[in-house]
Amino acid sequence: MHCINSMNGSGIFNPVHLICHLQRGKKAISPNNVSWVTEVRNRDVLLSPPSGPPLACSSQRALVRIRPRFVSSTLSPQTSWISDRLLVKGAKIVNDDQSFMADIYMEDGVIKQLGENLIVPGGVKIIEAHGKMVMPGGIDVHTRFQMPDRGMVSADDFYQGTRAALAGGTTMIVDHVVPERGVGLMAAFNQWREWADSKSCCDYSLHVDITEWHKGIQEEMESLVKDHGVNSFLVYLAYKDVFQLSDSEMYEVFSVIRDLGAIAQVHAENGDIIAEEQRRILDLGITGPEGHALSRPEEVEAEAVNRAVTVANQTNCPLYITKVMSKSSADVIASARKKGAVVYGEPISASLGTDGTHYWSKNWATAAAYITSPPLSTDPTTPDYLNSLLACGDLQVTGSAHCTFSTSQRAVGKDDFTLIPEGTNGTEERLSLIWDKCVVSGKMDENQFVSVTSTNAAKIFNMYPRKGRIAVGSDADLVLWDPDVSKIISAKTHNLSVEHNIFEGMEVRGGPLVVISQGKVVLEEGVLHTTEGCGRYVTRKAFPDHVYKRIKARSRLTELRGVPRGQYDGPVCDVAPSPKVMSATSTAKTSPTRQQNAAQPMRNLHQSGFSLSGAQVDDNIPRRSTQRIVAPPGGRANITSLG
Amino acid sequence: MSYQGKKNIPKITSERLLIKGGRIVNDDQSFHADIYMEDGVIKQIGDNLIVPGGVKTVEANGKMVIPGGIDIHTHFQMPYRGTTTVDDFNQGSKAALAGGTTMIVDHVIPEPGSSLIEAYDQWKQWADEKSCCDYALHVDITHWDDSVKQEVETLIKDKGVNSFQVYMAYKDYYQMSNKELYEICSFLAEHGGIAQVHAENGDLIAEEQARMLQMGITGPEGHVLSRPEELEAEAVFRAITIASQTNCPLYVTKVMSKSAADVISQARKKGNVVFGEPITASLGTDGTHYWSKNWAKAASFVTAPPLSPDPTTPDYLNTLLASGDLNVTGSAHCTFSVAQKAIGKDDFTQIPEGVNGTEERMALIWDKAVTTGKMDENMFVAVTSTNAAKILNLYPRKGRVAVGSDADLVIWDSDSVRTVSAKTHNSEAEYNVFEGMELRGAPLVVVCQGKIVLEDGTMHVISGSGRFIPCTPFPDFAYKRIKARKQLAVLRAVPRGLYDGPVSEFSPMSRGGTPSASARTSPTKPPVRNLHHSGFSLAGNPALRGPTTPDDIPIRPAGRRVMVPPGGRSNITSLS
Repeated sequence: MHCINSMNGSGIFNPVHLICHLQRGKKAISPNNVSWVTEVRNRDVLLSPPSGPPLACSSQRALVRIRPRFVSSTLSPQTSWISDRLLVKGAKIVNDDQSFMADIYMEDGVIKQLGENLIVPGGVKIIEAHGKMVMPGGIDVHTRFQMPDRGMVSADDFYQGTRAALAGGTTMIVDHVVPERGVGLMAAFNQWREWADSKSCCDYSLHVDITEWHKGIQEEMESLVKDHGVNSFLVYLAYKDVFQLSDSEMYEVFSVIRDLGAIAQVHAENGDIIAEEQRRILDLGITGPEGHALSRPEEVEAEAVNRAVTVANQTNCPLYITKVMSKSSADVIASARKKGAVVYGEPISASLGTDGTHYWSKNWATAAAYITSPPLSTDPTTPDYLNSLLACGDLQVTGSAHCTFSTSQRAVGKDDFTLIPEGTNGTEERLSLIWDKCVVSGKMDENQFVSVTSTNAAKIFNMYPRKGRIAVGSDADLVLWDPDVSKIISAKTHNLSVEHNIFEGMEVRGGPLVVISQGKVVLEEGVLHTTEGCGRYVTRKAFPDHVYKRIKARSRLTELRGVPRGQYDGPVCDVAPSPKVMSATSTAKTSPTRQQNAAQPMRNLHQSGFSLSGAQVDDNIPRRSTQRIVAPPGGRANITSLG
Repeated sequence: MSYQGKKNIPKITSERLLIKGGRIVNDDQSFHADIYMEDGVIKQIGDNLIVPGGVKTVEANGKMVIPGGIDIHTHFQMPYRGTTTVDDFNQGSKAALAGGTTMIVDHVIPEPGSSLIEAYDQWKQWADEKSCCDYALHVDITHWDDSVKQEVETLIKDKGVNSFQVYMAYKDYYQMSNKELYEICSFLAEHGGIAQVHAENGDLIAEEQARMLQMGITGPEGHVLSRPEELEAEAVFRAITIASQTNCPLYVTKVMSKSAADVISQARKKGNVVFGEPITASLGTDGTHYWSKNWAKAASFVTAPPLSPDPTTPDYLNTLLASGDLNVTGSAHCTFSVAQKAIGKDDFTQIPEGVNGTEERMALIWDKAVTTGKMDENMFVAVTSTNAAKILNLYPRKGRVAVGSDADLVIWDSDSVRTVSAKTHNSEAEYNVFEGMELRGAPLVVVCQGKIVLEDGTMHVISGSGRFIPCTPFPDFAYKRIKARKQLAVLRAVPRGLYDGPVSEFSPMSRGGTPSASARTSPTKPPVRNLHHSGFSLAGNPALRGPTTPDDIPIRPAGRRVMVPPGGRSNITSLS
């Protein structure tokens, strides 16, 4: 074991970079007794002389790396730190699978070492966790920051939105690109990238919504998956005549998504029924926000979920239901999972935290603030129910669907609820809310909490273990969580630019004490230190294992075969060419390859020669003469006893 | 006063009939009594009845006397692309009577675009000419517009039709969109009709059919592969949602799979007014036959929704029938000859659909459900006759053995064992989907309109003797609950002061709502555009369709926009 290292007298690294092989040593590392040869099961160690500051330990395989580090010697370790280096000491690390005590050392936005008594370079900022929980930063898998809606833009842009997210312990967001019809996915995607790159304070990724369907869209999807790191597309079953796709289109989109190895997301509500109900409710003279909930009953949501699950099963495509808002739709997801469907459900902060009774508020602005689709359920037991399903694993991921509008924007629909822009807040409150509703109440433990707020999202969207886990090599997105802190949510104190908070007055226990994003402390002592535009776009590869392992196995199994039979050579009835069962016109439209089959008029010329001559229709029906006997009326009826 | 049983009177008045010593089985109870009928109506029930002389007497010898079966779903003499199904009203109703069914309800299928009433008249004419037993008619709604609406109203009010079927399958032909389903259900709910649905997702079927044919699967197995049971369950679920939204009683025809039955039973548990109709084929056989090497045999099983390839399905459906989750049974009898089926010999999508079952229905359910102990004889009567009569609003005229009811009776022999075969059945079809099945239970004597039509295994039917039985709207069985709910479901707006705060500008293209759709369908509702606020947004309209520029980002509280200096306030090294 040969390692060369040098330190200067002041205890600061000299930049010497070496790589050498470690043998399996057995000597323990301790800060007071660091030997040249340290151990630790093929791990790599950054070494420094015994007198120096702690050594850095990084876990690549059997390599020792001593990296040159530039540290100005004029700064003393106590007063200076470099934001790229951070040590969290005495933390209880909480992953989705286990919790354990360890220190975490981060550098360049990546977790470099994990363990006790780490050897780290000097001049590192140290955060004392004092045994508090450190968990992977939250991933808000559903946001709509800066979303355009009819010439307006949602109130929280990427800056304001990500700030709020970070304030609540969420270190990554996944926003939805909503292309206007006719604009094209790529153009919209680039637009969103531009907005987010210039403003986002935390890492982000993008879902792309499919708002129309034709051949060009398919090509754009392909390029988004292959070249731009998008692996999830959302289709709308609601918003008739605007975004809504038909069942056939959904089938085709899902088939494409499966071939590309992406995930189909669905906004599940039956838009046709909603349109009818909206008309009816408006006809009844109901124009206020309560009409929104009345015209979108939860059955309509459950119906669409059920339909999406059916189509996904047919196409063997993984399905992800965004915004699970009601018991019924959660039940549909749960029962589909029991039947083996690859489907994931995403309740959001709003559905987990509050209910739809507020739509009846006498204050129009308050009522309008709750408008989102699918609407919050008017059943007040819904949040508890959804939290329970989240805890038992029937629902897996949580987002916020954060899409806020100011009261004046909402007021666009002051005389017609169908015009009220939709969306609620929740990116800031999400973690605290779930902690309060689920962990404090004993529904789930801290590990499950990490799964539903972060890890599962990272797995489904193929960012694991870079995101969603505290491990060496993962991104340094961490939250130091204080389970005891209690906070009252209010629009007065939240980090949003809207006047209403739908969780107003709710007291939640549990909150982030320190939030680290990209290895930098962004929240400390209640103060945010964010940098606009520092968020990076996180690319996501296709075919996430978590989802596609099962899909791949199934697609191998579901090969269909025809039955080999001899040619049928019996008589064939002559028929009018109008097809009854077939949908020749429609399939011809959607799948050109099918045209050949459909175009053939189904008439067997060999058999139809003589029936054109006006023969009786039943000439060719074989009839057994023995059965055609008409019994004489009253015949053989003398029997009076059956005995 | 002459007593019953005067065997020596040679002339038999067929209008008068006495059944002695039978055990009357209704859906609620069984009891021993004699039944005296006159003019096709039950006049007396009891012991030692006083009846006129010269009455034909049938000795039941303690055997069960049940109300004649009602086959609530038949397609006799159905036109199909220039041909008709092989069993016409004569042959079909004869087969029905042979199996103990004394009333059938046929489906009128108007060609899309043609008049409902004309089709109804046509069917009525066919049936009046040929039917050997009483009949009623469902009318299928194959297209939807205002004229159809009026025709439906006429049919309900004047023509004795209270049930209308809509199709969720047969894309671009019979299939109705969700919007149309909604409108039809609303309309029927208002007028006291029952909405029946053929529940399969036609869009997905069309996609799957295209896929199957592309893969080169052209045989009958393609039929079942392209119509997996999930698609049936999905459509049932959707139909239930729409019916529940419109507060309309729903009747699902042809429940063929476990999943669809499950959806119905769950909906019933949630309180929906929904009835499920498994058919003889789904209760008696399964879809494994689609893989038969014999094309003609495989094709004879083609019906839609298809028989489930899961062989445990019949047993499951019988169990749900026994538990009351499914309510009525039909046969969906719609038979085609092999030559007709062979229209689709190279393309399964062209095979005419339909199976036999009107003759086998009663015996099959007896064998599968009563002899196995799933249900008792009263439940048997309920699912084969009484419930259907209640849904059609014909109860207690039909579906019950009671004074004043029609004299449609069956003396049931629970011990007789017969083997079903195409060689012996009364249908014209060359294949019987229950071929070789041994069934316990059979009708010994069938009395229809007070006349004996089956006795000693011999049929005595008169073509054209069947009467049309008009069904009246608002059947209590379905509508009592609907009416109560209607009273409860009044929606009220929240009285609020007028919102007088600031209102943002927006372009009139709506995202959340559907003004274009609602403007089209409801003339009373003005197009939603706030003229007070949209004055200048009309300029440059086309541009607004493009990606909107965030020009009008709402004003943000200035205090929040402070940029935190990078690295500021971060000297803290410990949190304690």
